[in-house]
Amino acid sequence: MSASPTASAAPLLAARGLHLSHGATPALRGASLTVSAGETVAVTGPSGSGKSSLLHCMSGILRPDSGEVRLDGERLDTLPEERRSALRRTEFGIVFQFGQLVPELTALDNTALPLLLGGARRKEAQETAGAWLERFGVRGQAGLRPGEMSGGQAQRVALARALVTGPRAVFADEPTGALDSLAAEQVMTALVHAVRESGTALLLVTHDARTAAFAEREVTVLDGTVHDPSGRSGPPAAASATGGAAARRTGEDA
Amino acid sequence: MSTSHVLLGLLAAGPSHGYDLKRRHDERFPQARPLAYGQVYSTLQRMVRDGLAEVEGSESDGGPERTTYRRTEEGARTLHRWLAEVAPPAPFVANEIFTKVVVALLSGADRAGGAGRQGGDDAPAPDPAAYLHAQRAAHMARMRELTAVKTAPGADLSTVLSADYALSHLDADLRWMADAAQRLDALAQEVQAP
Ligand SMILES: Nc1ncnc2c1ncn2[C@@H]1O[C@H](COP(=O)(O)OP(=O)(O)O)[C@@H](O)[C@H]1O
Ligand SMILES: [Mg+2]
Repeated sequence: MSASPTASAAPLLAARGLHLSHGATPALRGASLTVSAGETVAVTGPSGSGKSSLLHCMSGILRPDSGEVRLDGERLDTLPEERRSALRRTEFGIVFQFGQLVPELTALDNTALPLLLGGARRKEAQETAGAWLERFGVRGQAGLRPGEMSGGQAQRVALARALVTGPRAVFADEPTGALDSLAAEQVMTALVHAVRESGTALLLVTHDARTAAFAEREVTVLDGTVHDPSGRSGPPAAASATGGAAARRTGEDA
Repeated sequence: MSTSHVLLGLLAAGPSHGYDLKRRHDERFPQARPLAYGQVYSTLQRMVRDGLAEVEGSESDGGPERTTYRRTEEGARTLHRWLAEVAPPAPFVANEIFTKVVVALLSGADRAGGAGRQGGDDAPAPDPAAYLHAQRAAHMARMRELTAVKTAPGADLSTVLSADYALSHLDADLRWMADAAQRLDALAQEVQAP
């Protein structure tokens, strides 16, 4: 597989046997997924199968009820919230379908924000942010606020912001869900080229096969468990016993 | 995909004669061209020659004499091999995928019922869900190749557009397969109803 820049033999990210409920609704039922450094993985599955819950647990946004998440072999899920939040800022970049940019800030300030929060000086933060906007083809929109941009432009700014700190992993939840197919393709091309060049891992949640085809590997979430045809994430805990029923649901959203 | 595979699937329910096979084929695959009786007859002859089927006997309920055929073990193995075989993920394979799923369900009916055990019981049971999984993986692998080709730096527009054409059709196959997978249980009931 891809050469890890770290000496550690542990995978970059490993979730094991995650269980999570939202109130009375079970969302994850023994989900396991392993992601190596620099690897791009698509997570597909029907609506409500638990894709977003998995991404939230693996990125440390949510704490699973049980099971564990490791980053470089170290427990992430047991860290206190302020440590997880610091790790999210330095090690991870996170992109959602929409709404993650600060509406009052320009594209440049939005992109520079994670660096400023990390204590960088304003001038340097803005220079780095400008370079990332350039990479994603939205340098010309640097002075615009999110409401003044098209959906595709706002998504490119969000990606620039996700990559600006040089994270080890980018988590993207339906990043092209609100875009038409041409805009989606441009955003995905820019994202995949950027993570490949910087050796950043990508966990990409999508219901769209054409988007999933940008990743090297596909895993499918069904009823809160992960089916990984590569076998690298271990057997799907609970659902493997039921065989047919879970395996029967192959694909993604219709 | 060939007529013999479909006939082998229909014979899974038990021995049958040519006219009955034709009638059941035309009923089961209403979108396909109806089988010509001559084609059924010549396919059955070929299947006997190749050891996939054998003559069970003749019957005549007052009318003309009819030869009944049964599936051999070799026939069952050949069918199960074909059912598990992933189709080359070119566009427009949905029809073959659909036929395979229906034939797998037909062929699984006699096992589910337990009755009429016949040739080929040592072959693994056809598993349309597993087949759809494998077919999805093959489609996704092809889509990854096409995506890499069209997003490579310097790809010209005609390359991009021809890759897009194939990607759209593979995507349509995948959507259809996802729906089919969700509805396998209902389809099994319909196909296996006596
Ligand atoms: N905040 C929430 N409150 C209550 N239920 C939720 C919440 N978020 C998700 N769920 C439920 O948890 C299950 C998994 O949801 P989710 O992880 O969002 O799935 P996906 O991203 O695959 O659509 C679904 O049944 C969903 O309705
Ligand atoms: Mg979701």
